[in-house]
Amino acid sequence: MGRRVFESLEETGRIFLFFVSVFKAFPGFWRKGHLVLEQMVAMGIESLPLVFVTSIFTGAVAAVQAAYQFQAYVPMRYLGSVIGKSVVIELGPVLTALVVAGRVGASIAAELGTMRVTEQIDALETIGISPVKYLAVPRMIAGMVMLPVVTIFSDFLAIVGAYVVAYVSLDVATNTFMEGLRLFFEMRDIFGGLVKSLFFGVVIATMGCYFGFHAEGGAEGVGRATTRAVVSSCLAILVLDYMLATLIFRVLLGA
Amino acid sequence: MIVIKQLGKRFGAKKVLNGLDLTITDGESLVIIGRSGCGKSVLLKHIIGLLKPDSGHIYIDERDITAMKEAELSELRKRFGMVFQGAALFDSMTVAENVALPMREHSQLPEQTIRERVTEKLRMVGLEGVEDVHPASLSGGMKKRVGLARAMAIDPEFILYDEPTTGLDPIMADAINDLIRSLQKKLAITSVAVTHDMRSAYKIGDRIAMLHDGKIIYEGTPNEIQKCEDPMVCQFIAGSASGPLTDS
Repeated sequence: MGRRVFESLEETGRIFLFFVSVFKAFPGFWRKGHLVLEQMVAMGIESLPLVFVTSIFTGAVAAVQAAYQFQAYVPMRYLGSVIGKSVVIELGPVLTALVVAGRVGASIAAELGTMRVTEQIDALETIGISPVKYLAVPRMIAGMVMLPVVTIFSDFLAIVGAYVVAYVSLDVATNTFMEGLRLFFEMRDIFGGLVKSLFFGVVIATMGCYFGFHAEGGAEGVGRATTRAVVSSCLAILVLDYMLATLIFRVLLGA
Repeated sequence: MIVIKQLGKRFGAKKVLNGLDLTITDGESLVIIGRSGCGKSVLLKHIIGLLKPDSGHIYIDERDITAMKEAELSELRKRFGMVFQGAALFDSMTVAENVALPMREHSQLPEQTIRERVTEKLRMVGLEGVEDVHPASLSGGMKKRVGLARAMAIDPEFILYDEPTTGLDPIMADAINDLIRSLQKKLAITSVAVTHDMRSAYKIGDRIAMLHDGKIIYEGTPNEIQKCEDPMVCQFIAGSASGPLTDS
Protein backbone atom coordinates (compact mmCIF):
# COMPACT_ATOMS: atom_id res chain seq x y z
CA MET A 1 0.00 0.00 0.00
CA GLY A 2 2.72 2.42 1.08
CA ARG A 3 4.74 1.45 -1.95
CA ARG A 4 1.83 2.16 -4.32
CA VAL A 5 1.33 5.59 -2.74
CA PHE A 6 5.05 6.26 -3.17
CA GLU A 7 4.92 5.14 -6.82
CA SER A 8 1.89 7.35 -7.49
CA LEU A 9 3.70 10.33 -6.01
CA GLU A 10 6.77 9.52 -8.10
CA GLU A 11 4.62 9.32 -11.24
CA THR A 12 2.93 12.64 -10.38
CA GLY A 13 6.40 14.19 -10.15
CA ARG A 14 7.38 12.73 -13.51
CA ILE A 15 4.18 14.05 -15.12
CA PHE A 16 4.93 17.50 -13.72
CA LEU A 17 8.51 17.40 -15.06
CA PHE A 18 7.15 16.29 -18.43
CA PHE A 19 4.74 19.24 -18.38
CA VAL A 20 7.67 21.58 -17.64
CA SER A 21 9.67 20.13 -20.55
CA VAL A 22 6.71 20.69 -22.91
CA PHE A 23 6.23 24.22 -21.59
CA LYS A 24 9.93 24.98 -22.13
CA ALA A 25 9.58 23.82 -25.75
CA PHE A 26 6.84 26.42 -26.45
CA PRO A 27 9.09 29.11 -28.03
CA GLY A 28 8.89 28.87 -31.82
CA PHE A 29 5.59 26.94 -31.82
CA TRP A 30 4.23 29.30 -34.53
CA ARG A 31 6.59 27.61 -36.98
CA LYS A 32 4.42 24.53 -36.49
CA GLY A 33 1.20 26.52 -36.87
CA HIS A 34 -0.37 23.95 -39.18
CA LEU A 35 0.08 21.23 -36.55
CA VAL A 36 -1.50 23.43 -33.87
CA LEU A 37 -4.43 24.15 -36.20
CA GLU A 38 -4.88 20.44 -36.94
CA GLN A 39 -5.01 19.69 -33.22
CA MET A 40 -7.38 22.58 -32.56
CA VAL A 41 -9.81 21.07 -35.05
CA ALA A 42 -9.41 17.57 -33.59
CA MET A 43 -9.72 18.70 -29.96
CA GLY A 44 -12.23 21.49 -30.36
CA ILE A 45 -14.38 21.37 -33.47
CA GLU A 46 -14.69 17.59 -33.52
CA SER A 47 -15.72 17.57 -29.84
CA LEU A 48 -18.66 19.90 -30.47
CA PRO A 49 -21.33 17.26 -31.29
CA LEU A 50 -20.58 15.37 -28.06
CA VAL A 51 -20.44 18.54 -26.01
CA PHE A 52 -23.69 19.69 -27.63
CA VAL A 53 -25.61 16.66 -26.35
CA THR A 54 -24.04 16.57 -22.87
CA SER A 55 -24.48 20.32 -22.34
CA ILE A 56 -28.15 20.42 -23.37
CA PHE A 57 -28.97 17.57 -21.00
CA THR A 58 -26.79 18.92 -18.21
CA GLY A 59 -28.69 22.22 -18.37
CA ALA A 60 -32.01 20.40 -18.57
CA VAL A 61 -31.34 18.23 -15.54
CA ALA A 62 -29.95 21.21 -13.61
CA ALA A 63 -33.28 23.02 -14.19
CA VAL A 64 -35.32 20.01 -13.05
CA GLN A 65 -33.20 19.49 -9.93
CA ALA A 66 -33.15 23.18 -9.02
CA ALA A 67 -36.93 23.42 -9.38
CA TYR A 68 -37.31 20.31 -7.18
CA GLN A 69 -35.14 21.84 -4.47
CA PHE A 70 -36.84 25.25 -4.67
CA GLN A 71 -40.27 23.69 -4.04
CA ALA A 72 -42.32 26.33 -2.26
CA TYR A 73 -39.42 27.99 -0.47
CA VAL A 74 -37.64 29.85 -3.28
CA PRO A 75 -39.47 31.79 -6.01
CA MET A 76 -39.01 30.41 -9.54
CA ARG A 77 -37.68 33.79 -10.74
CA TYR A 78 -34.37 32.76 -9.16
CA LEU A 79 -34.21 29.65 -11.36
CA GLY A 80 -32.30 31.51 -14.08
CA SER A 81 -29.83 32.89 -11.50
CA VAL A 82 -29.07 29.45 -10.06
CA ILE A 83 -28.72 27.88 -13.51
CA GLY A 84 -26.54 30.72 -14.84
CA LYS A 85 -24.18 30.68 -11.87
CA SER A 86 -23.85 26.91 -11.56
CA VAL A 87 -23.35 26.45 -15.30
CA VAL A 88 -20.68 29.08 -15.93
CA ILE A 89 -18.78 28.54 -12.68
CA GLU A 90 -18.93 24.78 -12.36
CA LEU A 91 -21.00 22.57 -14.62
CA GLY A 92 -19.84 23.96 -17.96
CA PRO A 93 -16.07 23.88 -17.35
CA VAL A 94 -15.96 20.63 -15.38
CA LEU A 95 -18.37 18.51 -17.40
CA THR A 96 -16.91 19.74 -20.69
CA ALA A 97 -13.42 18.88 -19.42
CA LEU A 98 -14.52 15.39 -18.35
CA VAL A 99 -16.21 14.71 -21.68
CA VAL A 100 -13.22 16.05 -23.67
CA ALA A 101 -10.84 14.05 -21.44
CA GLY A 102 -12.72 10.89 -22.41
CA ARG A 103 -12.71 11.69 -26.09
CA VAL A 104 -9.53 13.66 -26.74
CA GLY A 105 -7.30 12.46 -23.89
CA ALA A 106 -7.92 8.87 -24.95
CA SER A 107 -7.27 9.63 -28.59
CA ILE A 108 -3.99 11.49 -27.85
CA ALA A 109 -2.71 8.65 -25.66
CA ALA A 110 -3.73 5.99 -28.19
CA GLU A 111 -2.19 7.84 -31.14
CA LEU A 112 1.09 8.70 -29.43
CA GLY A 113 1.21 5.29 -27.72
CA THR A 114 0.90 3.57 -31.09
CA MET A 115 3.61 5.86 -32.45
CA ARG A 116 5.83 4.90 -29.52
CA VAL A 117 5.43 1.13 -29.83
CA THR A 118 5.83 1.20 -33.63
CA GLU A 119 9.05 3.26 -33.22
CA GLN A 120 7.59 6.30 -35.03
CA ILE A 121 8.64 8.53 -32.11
CA ASP A 122 12.18 7.10 -32.29
CA ALA A 123 12.07 7.74 -36.04
CA LEU A 124 11.22 11.40 -35.41
CA GLU A 125 14.24 11.70 -33.10
CA THR A 126 16.56 10.07 -35.63
CA ILE A 127 15.42 12.66 -38.18
CA GLY A 128 16.50 15.31 -35.67
CA ILE A 129 12.96 16.39 -34.76
CA SER A 130 12.06 16.76 -31.10
CA PRO A 131 8.93 14.66 -30.42
CA VAL A 132 8.03 17.04 -27.59
CA LYS A 133 8.12 20.04 -29.95
CA TYR A 134 6.49 18.23 -32.84
CA LEU A 135 3.82 16.20 -31.06
CA ALA A 136 3.26 17.49 -27.51
CA VAL A 137 3.49 21.28 -27.93
CA PRO A 138 0.77 21.55 -30.63
CA ARG A 139 -1.56 19.37 -28.52
CA MET A 140 -0.89 21.40 -25.39
CA ILE A 141 -1.54 24.73 -27.12
CA ALA A 142 -4.66 23.36 -28.81
CA GLY A 143 -5.93 22.14 -25.43
CA MET A 144 -5.28 25.50 -23.76
CA VAL A 145 -7.06 27.43 -26.50
CA MET A 146 -9.87 25.09 -27.44
CA LEU A 147 -11.12 23.96 -24.05
CA PRO A 148 -12.21 27.50 -23.07
CA VAL A 149 -13.81 27.90 -26.53
CA VAL A 150 -15.71 24.63 -26.21
CA THR A 151 -16.67 25.62 -22.65
CA ILE A 152 -18.26 28.87 -23.88
CA PHE A 153 -20.25 26.77 -26.35
CA SER A 154 -21.19 24.36 -23.56
CA ASP A 155 -22.22 27.17 -21.13
CA PHE A 156 -24.52 28.63 -23.77
CA LEU A 157 -26.11 25.30 -24.64
CA ALA A 158 -26.59 24.25 -21.02
CA ILE A 159 -28.45 27.49 -20.34
CA VAL A 160 -30.55 26.91 -23.47
CA GLY A 161 -31.31 23.36 -22.27
CA ALA A 162 -32.33 24.67 -18.85
CA TYR A 163 -34.48 27.40 -20.38
CA VAL A 164 -36.34 24.92 -22.62
CA VAL A 165 -37.15 22.68 -19.64
CA ALA A 166 -38.11 25.68 -17.50
CA TYR A 167 -40.41 27.02 -20.21
CA VAL A 168 -41.94 23.75 -21.35
CA SER A 169 -42.38 21.74 -18.17
CA LEU A 170 -41.85 24.08 -15.20
CA ASP A 171 -44.12 26.91 -16.40
CA VAL A 172 -41.43 29.56 -16.05
CA ALA A 173 -41.99 32.41 -18.49
CA THR A 174 -39.18 33.53 -20.77
CA ASN A 175 -39.01 36.95 -19.09
CA THR A 176 -38.82 35.43 -15.64
CA PHE A 177 -36.00 33.08 -16.63
CA MET A 178 -34.04 35.84 -18.37
CA GLU A 179 -34.59 38.23 -15.47
CA GLY A 180 -33.18 35.56 -13.13
CA LEU A 181 -30.19 35.05 -15.40
CA ARG A 182 -29.38 38.77 -15.33
CA LEU A 183 -30.06 39.24 -11.64
CA PHE A 184 -26.77 38.06 -10.18
CA PHE A 185 -24.82 37.87 -13.42
CA GLU A 186 -21.17 38.80 -13.06
CA MET A 187 -18.55 38.79 -15.79
CA ARG A 188 -15.96 37.46 -13.37
CA ASP A 189 -17.94 34.22 -13.01
CA ILE A 190 -17.50 33.52 -16.71
CA PHE A 191 -13.86 34.57 -16.51
CA GLY A 192 -13.24 32.26 -13.52
CA GLY A 193 -14.90 29.34 -15.31
CA LEU A 194 -12.83 29.88 -18.46
CA VAL A 195 -9.57 30.13 -16.52
CA LYS A 196 -10.40 26.78 -14.97
CA SER A 197 -11.10 25.28 -18.39
CA LEU A 198 -7.74 26.54 -19.67
CA PHE A 199 -6.02 24.58 -16.90
CA PHE A 200 -8.20 21.55 -17.66
CA GLY A 201 -7.05 21.76 -21.30
CA VAL A 202 -3.45 21.63 -20.09
CA VAL A 203 -4.24 18.63 -17.88
CA ILE A 204 -5.92 16.66 -20.70
CA ALA A 205 -3.09 17.30 -23.18
CA THR A 206 -0.35 16.62 -20.60
CA MET A 207 -1.86 13.31 -19.48
CA GLY A 208 -2.57 12.14 -23.04
CA CYS A 209 0.94 13.00 -24.22
CA TYR A 210 2.73 11.69 -21.11
CA PHE A 211 1.04 8.29 -21.09
CA GLY A 212 1.26 8.03 -24.88
CA PHE A 213 4.99 8.82 -24.90
CA HIS A 214 5.62 6.26 -22.15
CA ALA A 215 3.52 3.43 -23.60
CA GLU A 216 5.34 0.13 -23.95
CA GLY A 217 4.55 -3.46 -24.82
CA GLY A 218 2.45 -3.41 -27.99
CA ALA A 219 -1.33 -3.21 -28.24
CA GLU A 220 -1.85 -4.06 -24.58
CA GLY A 221 0.50 -1.26 -23.56
CA VAL A 222 -1.33 1.24 -25.75
CA GLY A 223 -4.64 0.17 -24.17
CA ARG A 224 -3.16 0.61 -20.71
CA ALA A 225 -1.76 4.02 -21.59
CA THR A 226 -5.15 5.14 -22.91
CA THR A 227 -7.00 4.04 -19.79
CA ARG A 228 -4.44 5.66 -17.51
CA ALA A 229 -4.56 8.91 -19.48
CA VAL A 230 -8.35 9.16 -19.14
CA VAL A 231 -8.53 8.10 -15.49
CA SER A 232 -5.65 10.38 -14.46
CA SER A 233 -7.12 13.32 -16.41
CA CYS A 234 -10.53 12.91 -14.75
CA LEU A 235 -9.00 12.66 -11.28
CA ALA A 236 -6.68 15.60 -11.87
CA ILE A 237 -9.55 17.71 -13.26
CA LEU A 238 -11.67 17.13 -10.14
CA VAL A 239 -8.80 17.79 -7.71
CA LEU A 240 -7.62 20.83 -9.66
CA ASP A 241 -11.21 22.09 -9.84
CA TYR A 242 -11.34 22.32 -6.06
CA MET A 243 -7.94 24.00 -5.87
CA LEU A 244 -8.69 26.49 -8.66
CA ALA A 245 -12.18 27.24 -7.28
CA THR A 246 -10.58 28.12 -3.94
CA LEU A 247 -7.85 30.16 -5.57
CA ILE A 248 -10.02 32.03 -8.08
CA PHE A 249 -13.32 32.53 -6.28
CA ARG A 250 -12.12 32.84 -2.69
CA VAL A 251 -8.64 34.33 -2.88
CA LEU A 252 -8.39 36.27 -6.16
CA LEU A 253 -11.99 37.36 -6.65
CA GLY A 254 -12.56 37.49 -2.88
CA ALA A 255 -16.02 35.99 -2.38
CA MET B 1 34.50 7.22 -38.09
CA ILE B 2 32.52 5.72 -35.23
CA VAL B 3 34.51 4.49 -32.21
CA ILE B 4 32.72 2.73 -29.37
CA LYS B 5 34.66 2.26 -26.13
CA GLN B 6 33.70 0.13 -23.15
CA LEU B 7 29.96 0.67 -23.69
CA GLY B 8 27.77 -0.60 -20.87
CA LYS B 9 23.99 -0.62 -20.52
CA ARG B 10 21.65 -2.47 -18.21
CA PHE B 11 17.87 -2.67 -18.10
CA GLY B 12 16.86 -3.55 -14.56
CA ALA B 13 18.95 -6.52 -13.51
CA LYS B 14 19.86 -7.48 -17.09
CA LYS B 15 23.23 -6.34 -18.43
CA VAL B 16 22.61 -5.87 -22.16
CA LEU B 17 25.91 -4.26 -23.14
CA ASN B 18 28.94 -5.07 -21.06
CA GLY B 19 32.11 -3.17 -21.96
CA LEU B 20 31.60 -3.32 -25.71
CA ASP B 21 34.38 -2.04 -28.01
CA LEU B 22 33.88 -1.52 -31.73
CA THR B 23 35.28 0.70 -34.48
CA ILE B 24 33.43 1.46 -37.72
CA THR B 25 35.54 3.09 -40.41
CA ASP B 26 34.25 5.58 -42.97
CA GLY B 27 32.64 4.12 -46.05
CA GLU B 28 32.49 0.55 -44.80
CA SER B 29 29.44 -1.62 -44.40
CA LEU B 30 29.48 -3.33 -41.02
CA VAL B 31 26.96 -6.00 -40.08
CA ILE B 32 26.40 -6.85 -36.42
CA ILE B 33 25.01 -10.33 -35.90
CA GLY B 34 23.80 -12.01 -32.76
CA ARG B 35 20.88 -13.86 -31.22
CA SER B 36 17.49 -12.19 -30.78
CA GLY B 37 17.47 -10.07 -27.65
CA CYS B 38 21.27 -9.94 -27.36
CA GLY B 39 21.31 -6.14 -27.57
CA LYS B 40 21.93 -5.47 -31.27
CA SER B 41 19.12 -2.92 -31.60
CA VAL B 42 20.12 -1.39 -28.25
CA LEU B 43 23.63 -0.87 -29.62
CA LEU B 44 22.23 0.78 -32.75
CA LYS B 45 20.07 3.11 -30.66
CA HIS B 46 23.15 4.10 -28.65
CA ILE B 47 25.07 4.96 -31.83
CA ILE B 48 22.39 7.47 -32.84
CA GLY B 49 21.92 8.74 -29.28
CA LEU B 50 18.37 7.45 -28.73
CA LEU B 51 19.63 5.66 -25.62
CA LYS B 52 22.18 6.88 -23.09
CA PRO B 53 24.75 4.33 -21.90
CA ASP B 54 25.37 3.61 -18.22
CA SER B 55 29.11 3.61 -18.93
CA GLY B 56 31.53 3.99 -21.82
CA HIS B 57 31.75 6.38 -24.75
CA ILE B 58 30.79 6.65 -28.40
CA TYR B 59 32.87 8.95 -30.58
CA ILE B 60 31.57 10.14 -33.95
CA ASP B 61 34.51 11.76 -35.73
CA GLU B 62 36.20 12.14 -32.33
CA ARG B 63 33.23 13.89 -30.70
CA ASP B 64 31.82 12.04 -27.70
CA ILE B 65 28.07 11.79 -28.23
CA THR B 66 27.42 10.39 -24.76
CA ALA B 67 28.27 13.81 -23.34
CA MET B 68 26.10 15.75 -25.80
CA LYS B 69 22.99 17.69 -24.91
CA GLU B 70 19.72 17.01 -26.75
CA ALA B 71 20.15 20.02 -29.07
CA GLU B 72 23.66 18.89 -30.11
CA LEU B 73 22.41 15.34 -30.62
CA SER B 74 19.57 16.63 -32.74
CA GLU B 75 22.09 18.46 -34.92
CA LEU B 76 24.33 15.39 -35.14
CA ARG B 77 21.42 13.15 -36.15
CA LYS B 78 21.11 15.11 -39.39
CA ARG B 79 24.23 13.22 -40.48
CA PHE B 80 22.45 9.92 -39.87
CA GLY B 81 19.64 7.99 -41.45
CA MET B 82 17.99 5.05 -39.76
CA VAL B 83 15.85 2.28 -41.19
CA PHE B 84 13.71 0.64 -38.53
CA GLN B 85 12.71 -3.00 -38.25
CA GLY B 86 9.03 -2.21 -38.85
CA ALA B 87 9.91 0.75 -41.13
CA ALA B 88 8.36 3.17 -38.56
CA LEU B 89 6.68 5.25 -41.25
CA PHE B 90 4.42 8.02 -39.96
CA ASP B 91 1.02 6.56 -40.68
CA SER B 92 -0.79 9.90 -40.61
CA MET B 93 1.29 11.04 -43.60
CA THR B 94 1.50 9.91 -47.21
CA VAL B 95 4.64 8.26 -48.58
CA ALA B 96 5.76 11.57 -50.13
CA GLU B 97 5.21 13.45 -46.85
CA ASN B 98 7.22 10.80 -44.99
CA VAL B 99 10.20 11.16 -47.32
CA ALA B 100 9.86 14.95 -47.48
CA LEU B 101 9.71 15.46 -43.70
CA PRO B 102 13.50 15.57 -43.04
CA MET B 103 13.95 18.01 -45.98
CA ARG B 104 11.10 20.24 -44.79
CA GLU B 105 12.52 20.30 -41.26
CA HIS B 106 16.17 20.81 -42.05
CA SER B 107 16.35 22.72 -45.31
CA GLN B 108 14.92 25.83 -46.88
CA LEU B 109 14.32 24.12 -50.22
CA PRO B 110 11.35 25.30 -52.23
CA GLU B 111 8.36 22.95 -52.34
CA GLN B 112 8.90 22.12 -56.02
CA THR B 113 12.50 21.00 -55.37
CA ILE B 114 11.39 18.92 -52.39
CA ARG B 115 8.78 17.18 -54.55
CA GLU B 116 11.40 16.43 -57.20
CA ARG B 117 13.82 15.08 -54.62
CA VAL B 118 11.14 12.88 -53.09
CA THR B 119 10.43 11.34 -56.50
CA GLU B 120 14.17 10.88 -57.07
CA LYS B 121 14.71 9.18 -53.68
CA LEU B 122 11.72 6.91 -54.23
CA ARG B 123 13.03 6.00 -57.68
CA MET B 124 16.41 5.13 -56.13
CA VAL B 125 14.70 2.51 -53.95
CA GLY B 126 12.67 1.22 -56.88
CA LEU B 127 9.34 2.85 -56.12
CA GLU B 128 7.30 4.99 -58.45
CA GLY B 129 3.75 6.32 -58.35
CA VAL B 130 3.22 5.70 -54.63
CA GLU B 131 3.76 9.29 -53.49
CA ASP B 132 0.16 9.87 -52.44
CA VAL B 133 -0.44 6.47 -50.86
CA HIS B 134 -0.61 6.06 -47.07
CA PRO B 135 1.82 3.53 -45.50
CA ALA B 136 -1.06 1.32 -44.33
CA SER B 137 -1.74 0.28 -47.94
CA LEU B 138 1.87 -0.76 -48.65
CA SER B 139 3.38 -4.25 -48.40
CA GLY B 140 6.20 -4.96 -45.90
CA GLY B 141 8.88 -4.73 -48.59
CA MET B 142 7.52 -1.45 -49.93
CA LYS B 143 7.43 0.01 -46.41
CA LYS B 144 11.10 -0.91 -45.95
CA ARG B 145 11.92 0.80 -49.23
CA VAL B 146 10.07 3.96 -48.21
CA GLY B 147 11.87 3.81 -44.85
CA LEU B 148 15.15 3.64 -46.75
CA ALA B 149 14.16 6.55 -49.00
CA ARG B 150 13.29 8.60 -45.91
CA ALA B 151 16.59 7.67 -44.26
CA MET B 152 18.43 8.94 -47.37
CA ALA B 153 16.33 12.07 -47.69
CA ILE B 154 19.00 14.52 -46.57
CA ASP B 155 21.97 12.55 -47.93
CA PRO B 156 23.33 11.19 -44.65
CA GLU B 157 26.91 10.12 -44.04
CA PHE B 158 25.82 7.13 -41.95
CA ILE B 159 22.85 4.79 -42.35
CA LEU B 160 21.80 2.40 -39.61
CA TYR B 161 19.63 -0.59 -40.46
CA ASP B 162 17.70 -2.42 -37.77
CA GLU B 163 16.92 -5.93 -39.03
CA PRO B 164 16.45 -4.81 -42.65
CA THR B 165 15.13 -8.16 -43.93
CA THR B 166 13.09 -9.40 -40.95
CA GLY B 167 9.50 -10.22 -41.87
CA LEU B 168 10.11 -10.23 -45.62
CA ASP B 169 9.81 -13.19 -47.98
CA PRO B 170 13.20 -14.51 -49.23
CA ILE B 171 12.89 -12.87 -52.65
CA MET B 172 11.97 -9.47 -51.22
CA ALA B 173 14.71 -9.88 -48.58
CA ASP B 174 17.24 -10.47 -51.33
CA ALA B 175 15.98 -7.46 -53.26
CA ILE B 176 16.40 -5.30 -50.14
CA ASN B 177 19.93 -6.69 -49.62
CA ASP B 178 20.82 -5.80 -53.22
CA LEU B 179 19.38 -2.34 -52.75
CA ILE B 180 21.34 -1.71 -49.53
CA ARG B 181 24.53 -2.92 -51.15
CA SER B 182 24.11 -0.90 -54.32
CA LEU B 183 23.24 2.30 -52.42
CA GLN B 184 26.23 1.82 -50.15
CA LYS B 185 28.56 1.35 -53.12
CA LYS B 186 27.04 4.15 -55.17
CA LEU B 187 26.83 6.78 -52.43
CA ALA B 188 29.81 5.65 -50.30
CA ILE B 189 27.73 5.83 -47.16
CA THR B 190 29.02 4.25 -43.94
CA SER B 191 26.41 1.69 -43.02
CA VAL B 192 25.79 -0.35 -39.91
CA ALA B 193 23.20 -3.11 -40.04
CA VAL B 194 22.08 -5.41 -37.27
CA THR B 195 20.55 -8.71 -38.26
CA HIS B 196 20.33 -12.39 -37.42
CA ASP B 197 19.82 -13.28 -41.08
CA MET B 198 23.19 -14.71 -42.24
CA ARG B 199 22.31 -14.52 -45.95
CA SER B 200 21.74 -10.82 -45.50
CA ALA B 201 24.93 -10.44 -43.44
CA TYR B 202 27.11 -12.09 -46.12
CA LYS B 203 25.52 -10.03 -48.84
CA ILE B 204 25.63 -6.54 -47.38
CA GLY B 205 28.64 -6.66 -45.05
CA ASP B 206 32.24 -5.73 -45.79
CA ARG B 207 32.84 -6.82 -42.23
CA ILE B 208 30.75 -8.83 -39.78
CA ALA B 209 30.91 -8.50 -35.98
CA MET B 210 29.19 -10.89 -33.62
CA LEU B 211 27.62 -9.63 -30.39
CA HIS B 212 27.22 -12.00 -27.47
CA ASP B 213 26.92 -11.41 -23.72
CA GLY B 214 27.12 -7.65 -24.25
CA LYS B 215 30.48 -7.78 -26.07
CA ILE B 216 31.78 -8.16 -29.60
CA ILE B 217 33.20 -11.68 -29.57
CA TYR B 218 34.28 -11.85 -33.21
CA GLU B 219 35.06 -9.50 -36.12
CA GLY B 220 35.97 -10.48 -39.66
CA THR B 221 35.07 -10.35 -43.33
CA PRO B 222 32.26 -12.58 -44.66
CA ASN B 223 34.93 -14.96 -46.00
CA GLU B 224 36.81 -15.05 -42.71
CA ILE B 225 33.71 -15.71 -40.62
CA GLN B 226 32.76 -18.68 -42.78
CA LYS B 227 36.16 -20.22 -42.01
CA CYS B 228 36.08 -19.22 -38.34
CA GLU B 229 36.56 -21.97 -35.81
CA ASP B 230 35.14 -20.18 -32.78
CA PRO B 231 32.45 -22.61 -31.53
CA MET B 232 29.96 -19.82 -30.71
CA VAL B 233 30.31 -18.19 -34.13
CA CYS B 234 30.12 -21.61 -35.80
CA GLN B 235 26.92 -22.47 -33.93
CA PHE B 236 25.31 -19.14 -34.87
CA ILE B 237 26.14 -19.23 -38.55
CA ALA B 238 25.16 -22.89 -38.80
CA GLY B 239 21.92 -22.15 -36.94
CA SER B 240 22.31 -25.15 -34.58
CA ALA B 241 19.97 -25.45 -31.61
CA SER B 242 22.71 -26.97 -29.43
CA GLY B 243 26.14 -25.56 -28.76
CA PRO B 244 27.92 -23.08 -26.50
CA LEU B 245 25.46 -20.24 -27.25
CA THR B 246 22.48 -22.21 -26.01
CA ASP B 247 24.18 -24.34 -23.38
CA SER B 248 25.51 -21.41 -21.36
